[in-house]
Amino acid sequence: MTERLTRYGPFLLALIALVAPLLAPNDYVIGVLARICLYALLALGLNIVVGFAGLLDLGFVAFFGIGSYVYAFLASPHFGLHLPFAAVMLVIIFTAAGSGVLIGAPTLRLRGDYLAIVTLGFGEITYICLVNLDRPVNITGGPNGLLSIDPPSFLGFVIDHNIEYYYLFLLTLGLVVLLSRRLRDSRIGWAWRAIREDEIAAEAMGVNTTMAKLQAFAVGASIAGFAGGLLASWQRSVFPDNFLLQESINILAMVILGGLGSVLGAILGAVAIVSLPEIFRDFALYRLLAFGLILILVMILRPQGLLAPRSGARRSAETK
Amino acid sequence: MADILAILPQQLVFGLSLGAVYGLIALGYTMVYGVLSMINFAHGEVFMVGAYIGWAVLTVLIGHAFGGLNPLWVLPVLLIPAMLLCGGLGVVIERVAYRPLYARGASRLGPLISAVGASIVLQNAVMLSQGARMKVYMTNLVFPADWRFNVLGVSISVLSIVIIVISLLLMWGLVTLIQRTALGRSIRAVAEDREMASVMGIDVGRVVSMTFFLGSALGGAAGVLIGLYYTQIDFMMGYAAGLKAFTAAVLGGIGNIKGAMMGGLLLGVIESLASTFINPAFKDVVTFAVLILALIFKPEGLFGEPLADREKI
Repeated sequence: MTERLTRYGPFLLALIALVAPLLAPNDYVIGVLARICLYALLALGLNIVVGFAGLLDLGFVAFFGIGSYVYAFLASPHFGLHLPFAAVMLVIIFTAAGSGVLIGAPTLRLRGDYLAIVTLGFGEITYICLVNLDRPVNITGGPNGLLSIDPPSFLGFVIDHNIEYYYLFLLTLGLVVLLSRRLRDSRIGWAWRAIREDEIAAEAMGVNTTMAKLQAFAVGASIAGFAGGLLASWQRSVFPDNFLLQESINILAMVILGGLGSVLGAILGAVAIVSLPEIFRDFALYRLLAFGLILILVMILRPQGLLAPRSGARRSAETK
Repeated sequence: MADILAILPQQLVFGLSLGAVYGLIALGYTMVYGVLSMINFAHGEVFMVGAYIGWAVLTVLIGHAFGGLNPLWVLPVLLIPAMLLCGGLGVVIERVAYRPLYARGASRLGPLISAVGASIVLQNAVMLSQGARMKVYMTNLVFPADWRFNVLGVSISVLSIVIIVISLLLMWGLVTLIQRTALGRSIRAVAEDREMASVMGIDVGRVVSMTFFLGSALGGAAGVLIGLYYTQIDFMMGYAAGLKAFTAAVLGGIGNIKGAMMGGLLLGVIESLASTFINPAFKDVVTFAVLILALIFKPEGLFGEPLADREKI
C-alpha cells in the first residue's frame, strides 16, 4: 500500500493540482490554491536547507522578502523601472542566492545552533530595514510598502487572473519539485545528507563541507527569492509585514510536519498549513499554539514527520 | 552635537542597567550551553513569563494598598515568586521538550526545533491567557519618578542603580554557588564531560534540572527588573531580549559565567550608544551586527579562554 502510494502519489497529486481550480466554487478558493503553491515553493526551498543539509535556518522568510522587494524595485513606478518579467526573475535568483551566500559564509563554519541564531538575527535585520529604509532616501517605502507593481507578462500576454497565477505558480512548483529530486539524488545531495548525519565523518570522506553548505543555502535562498518575486507580481504590492518571523516558523512547520528531507512531504505540509486555518476559521487564534506543540511532539514521537508516507532520504538510501 | 554629548552620560547609565539585565538572561543561556551544548531557545520566553509574574504580584499588592510600597520589601516579594516559578518552568521545559531527545541521542537539529516549539507554545499560552495587549507596571508607586540623584551634573535614577546592584548580587550568588558548593562542583563536572561525570556517580539528570532551574530563575528575575524599568511588557518581549542576551553570552564566551555578565554590560552600552548616535530604529541591527562580527572574528568570546576543543563552537 505505502509502496504504491509513494509510486503513484506524486502523479495523483499533480493530477489533482491540475484540475483543482476548475472545480473551485469561486475565485477566493482559487486564490487559496495559488497561495498553497507559493508556500509549497517556500517549503521546498527550506527543505533543501533544513531537510537535505540539516542547517536550521530561522530567517528563511528574509529571502522571500528580498525577492519580493527586488521585483518591486525593478518593475514598478517606485524607481520608474519596468523591466520584463523574465529579466526581473533572473536578477532575483542571483540576488537571493548572493544574499544566501553572504549570510551563510561567515557562519557556516560554526556549529549548527549558532547558524540558527544568526539566521534569526538576519531575518530581523531584513525586516527592520524594510520598515525603516524610507528615510532619508525612500528605498523600501517603509511600513506602507510599495504599490502598483507590474503583473507578469510573456510576449504581450499579461497575467492578471487568479487562475492564470495559479497555473504559473504550479508550473514553477513542478519545476522546483524536479530540481529538488534531481539535487537529492545527485552527488551534492549525497554530500548534504552526509553533512546532516555527521559533519566530521563527511569531511573525513572528502566532502568540502563549507562549499556544500553554501550551495544548499544559495539554492534554498534563490527558490525563496523566486517565490517572493511571484508574490509581488501577484499581490501587485509588497509590505514588510508579509515577511514577519511568524512566516519563517510557518514554513519550518510545513517542512517538519511533512518530514525533514521529503519533497512530497514538504508539499503536503504546505497544503495542510495553508488550508487548515481557511477551513477552521475559529482555529486561527490557537494555530500558533498548536504549531508549537506539533514541533515538540513531532520531534519527540515521530522525527520522520507526520504526512509523508516515507521520508525521501530513507527511501533512496534503501534502494541504492 | 552638544545636545548628544549632554545626554551621553545618562545614556551610558541607561545602557549599563539594561546591560546588567541582558547579562542576567545571558547567564541562563551560558549555563545550559555549558552542560548540554545546546541553545535553550525558550529561555527568552521564560524571561517574559517572569515579567508577567512580577506584574501580577505587583498588581495584587497595589490592589490591596499595603500602606506605602517600600522597595525594601516590595522587591523581594516581586522577585522571589518570579524566580521560583520561572525556575520550575525551566525544569518542566527541559523535562518535556529536551530530555526525551538528548536522552535518546537525537541529532542536534531535534532539540533545537523542539526548543523553537516550546518558545512558540509559551508565547501563545501567555497571549491567549493574558491577552495580546501590553501590561503596565506601576513602577511609580514603588520607585517615584523623582527618586534621582545628581553625580557631576548627571541625573541618575535610583531604580537604574538598584537594577545594576541586584543583577550583580545575583551573579555573585551564582558564582559562589558554582565554585563553593557540591552542586556547583557537579555542574562543573557535567559541563566538562557528561559521560565521565555520570561514570563518577553524578546524577546527571538532576544536575541538568538544577542548571535549568538556576538559569531560568535568573531569567525570571531579569523579567521583573525589565518590567520595573520599562514599565510596559507584552508577550513578544522575550524574543528580542533573548536574542540580545544570547549575543551577550557569545560576546562573553559561551559557557563562561563572568563573561556573560561582561558581555551583557558591553552590549547594553553598545545598544544605548547606537540609539544615541545612529538611529533608535536601527539599534537592533547594530546588536545583531555585533553578534555576527563576534562569531566571525572571535567565536570563543572576548573574555573567555579560547575553548580547547574547537568542536564545541
